[in-house]
Amino acid sequence: MCGIIGVIDRGRKEMDGSLIRRALSLMKERGSGEGAGYAVYGCYPEFKDCYALHVFFDDIHVTKGALDETLRRWGEIVHDEEIPTRDQPNLRRVHTPWRYFFRPDPKMMSWSTSPEDDIVTNLVMSVNTEKKGALIFSSGKNMGVFKASGWPEDVADFYRIQDYNGYLWLGHNRYPTNTPGWWGGAHPFNLLGWSVVHNGEITSYGTNQRYIQSFGYHCTMFTDTEVVAYLFDLLVRKHQLPEDLAMKALAPPFWDEIDRMEEKERELDTAIRLTYGPALMNGPFAIVVARPDMMLGITDRIKLRPLVAGENGKKLYISSEEAAIRRMDPEVGKVSMPRAGYPVIGRVES
Amino acid sequence: MAAYRIDAADLSYTQLNQIIRARVAEGTKEIEIENVLGQRFIADGLKGDVRITIHGVPGGDLGMFMSGPTCIVHGNAEHAPGNTMDAGTIVIHGSAGDAVAHSMRGGKIFVRDDIGYRGGIHMKEYRSKRPCLVVGGSARAFLGEYMAGGLIIVLGLGTGPAISERGIGSGIHGGEIFVRGEVPPHLLGVGAKISPAGREEKERMAPLIGEFAGYFGLDGESLLSEEYVRIAPSSSRPFANKYVWE
Repeated sequence: MCGIIGVIDRGRKEMDGSLIRRALSLMKERGSGEGAGYAVYGCYPEFKDCYALHVFFDDIHVTKGALDETLRRWGEIVHDEEIPTRDQPNLRRVHTPWRYFFRPDPKMMSWSTSPEDDIVTNLVMSVNTEKKGALIFSSGKNMGVFKASGWPEDVADFYRIQDYNGYLWLGHNRYPTNTPGWWGGAHPFNLLGWSVVHNGEITSYGTNQRYIQSFGYHCTMFTDTEVVAYLFDLLVRKHQLPEDLAMKALAPPFWDEIDRMEEKERELDTAIRLTYGPALMNGPFAIVVARPDMMLGITDRIKLRPLVAGENGKKLYISSEEAAIRRMDPEVGKVSMPRAGYPVIGRVES
Repeated sequence: MAAYRIDAADLSYTQLNQIIRARVAEGTKEIEIENVLGQRFIADGLKGDVRITIHGVPGGDLGMFMSGPTCIVHGNAEHAPGNTMDAGTIVIHGSAGDAVAHSMRGGKIFVRDDIGYRGGIHMKEYRSKRPCLVVGGSARAFLGEYMAGGLIIVLGLGTGPAISERGIGSGIHGGEIFVRGEVPPHLLGVGAKISPAGREEKERMAPLIGEFAGYFGLDGESLLSEEYVRIAPSSSRPFANKYVWE
């Protein structure tokens, strides 16, 4: 099941978190109270050049020292603090959410073309695979993921989500079906600037996970959506595929459709399918992916999960349900259904 | 008698359906609901000859298992209106999401604009129970998937063709689909065959197109006079060799 929603203001006008909270709670039947979360872009302007690392600590007095030490070895902790939270009667506090504003030292990976991103990626992978009571679940600049096990309203109120402002928001209401619900397994999933919310299941998870592992990405959160964030990072950031071609790798046209294409397009689509076969995502899914300059929604190519999109001026909305979009913005124009397997993309104006 | 009005603004679907059921039990024949936004399961399992007018966007499974009432929606519907509906009518002045008329077993659904994927999936019929779905705009892929009975008409009155996506009648083994205009053969699903609709077929379509035209202020006669194709199972048991070894 799961309910997803995303909104981007292409003119970078900020919205607070109260509207997406309302929209997500409208899709109550899509969740089971075992996970909800939000991603917001533009929320840390005072530290916009630092990587905002959001961490779940288990027993903070025991576990935080080791992470501080690791971070200092790779760069500078510009500021760190507990993420402000307020206890909710229906939400059990399992972890302590903490945030670091971190500036990696590029000299530590001088051979890389993107040393800072690579240092942070490596830190996320190593900290999360070591499982020493610390999990980095958000690692982008001037953005943050806020998630926990609970209903969307309770998670929103726990983090006081209405106090954050951003030009791009994602929200997710989880109905875990294949693995138990836990804080790390709530959506959005994030790596660097990438955040993903997902409804469905990636039945090709095993293949995809082994594929990206060969590029140094390690799945640690016991659920399939994590692999989507890493696939986007690999295809778009590392391999520099334009988004529409990356989508053709993840949700390619059927072979019989490729056979009917003009020669040039046929060659391109064939090459992508052959090169990125192990990146193909099989199974029912609707996802919304964000990074600081864009938001993208797509479903599996035979449309086994719902997704609609609506626009109002510079705002683009993508959601599981039209009613959720209208709850956020009653003035939204025509709400349409993107074609299965083809992305709908909103970009911030440059 | 004036319609009984309900403001659904802050009501959950449970509260809303409790009010509807109580009024129908008291014999109310006309109910008008304002400010509907995302409430699922409206009029589910409801029996009787009540007419419910809905303003807004009703949530999924509108009229599921419904047997008799009429629901008129002024707005778009979400997924699966008429899911396993038994009898009655749903009229949507707008579009609808995926799986419209899912497993429908009787009654009629009229959608003015477009429907999503898998419209009419697993519709079925038995003797006099023959469900009907009429779509004014377009339908997406897998229309009539696993269809076992009933009738679907897609008029394609919007800007594009009636159907431009794959898998029409994929796994169909009963019922029939009529589409205005042409349908390229490569869009047909496994087990489906296509032929022009003749006079006999048009006689079956006529009352439904007339009713559709009546709801939405169109000229039924001229709509019926256009060219249609019929998509139906390729044989009486198209999948006999796939799942049964005799």
